[in-house]
Amino acid sequence: MSAHDHAGHDHAHGGAAHGSLRGYLIGFFLSVILTAIPFWLVMDGVIDNKQATAVIVMAFAVVQIIVHMIFFLHMNPASEGGWSMLALIFTVILVVIVLSGSLWVMYHLNANMMPAVHEMRQMP
Amino acid sequence: MASTAITADTAAVFHLEEEHAHAEGGSTMLGFWLYLMSDCLIFAMLFAAFGVLGGNYAAGPAPKDLFDLGLVAVNTTMLLLSSITYGFAMLTMDKGRVGATQGWLAVTMLFGLAFLSIELSEFAHMIHEGATPQRSAFLSSFFTLVGTHGLHVTFGIVWMVTLMVQVARHGLIEANRRRLMCLSMFWHFLDVVWIGVFTFVYLMGTLR
Repeated sequence: MSAHDHAGHDHAHGGAAHGSLRGYLIGFFLSVILTAIPFWLVMDGVIDNKQATAVIVMAFAVVQIIVHMIFFLHMNPASEGGWSMLALIFTVILVVIVLSGSLWVMYHLNANMMPAVHEMRQMP
Repeated sequence: MASTAITADTAAVFHLEEEHAHAEGGSTMLGFWLYLMSDCLIFAMLFAAFGVLGGNYAAGPAPKDLFDLGLVAVNTTMLLLSSITYGFAMLTMDKGRVGATQGWLAVTMLFGLAFLSIELSEFAHMIHEGATPQRSAFLSSFFTLVGTHGLHVTFGIVWMVTLMVQVARHGLIEANRRRLMCLSMFWHFLDVVWIGVFTFVYLMGTLR
């Protein structure tokens, strides 16, 4: 994985690559497309099913984040001897736990809450 | 005890003697990356808070009433363009062209300022309509999340101005290259966070 061009930069930083003009342009065009499609889907209401639209929009965001990581942040398993990838994986695991855990717990808290007073009055 | 081995005639040594010399700034990039990861966790907390509270409007305005997706699309374009122009700045830095690097940095800064001014005008418009952070839990978490991102962009611009002055005074020396690479990571990272913001807050909020 160390076969990317350093474009004449000296290697004092141990593999902090900069990428190439081609890499930046590919990343830019990919992210323009990956941004435009979700906006178009939501603004024009292309798909009637809101849930399906939400899932598709989320999927586009995940792909675009990966594109930015590779083409703009130059993430690869070899940079910094693998330590930055390890830190990234650790962070992603934490983020997934925090996000899914919070949403899951709070959703069920809402769903299983005691009914509010005005709802109890309507009970037989 | 290890400490009794140090006697008066041998100077205390606090590092391994066989440790090889490190080049100055050799570990800066990894350290900065770790900082970015911790910053990522801050944003994860704010996203989680928004995810939990984002539907609590307290009979106040909902995302549909507030968000202008056209404006958000323009804003996203500004940030995307600033990302690619920073990339160009890094490429010209590699070639050692000071003037071109400064030029691309200036263009990046202008896109960053455009992003900030659009965001601030959006905030001003919302507050003018009574959609203040105090109005509902949705608006509190919205302003905290988007405001924190905007604050990061603000400090990124301050940092960029500082580095432009540094490069103007000292040229593209090794230390300045290292600083520019750190700012590059910071700037692209903010763009990554913005992908989450426009998807999770604006697009999903409008769908809600």
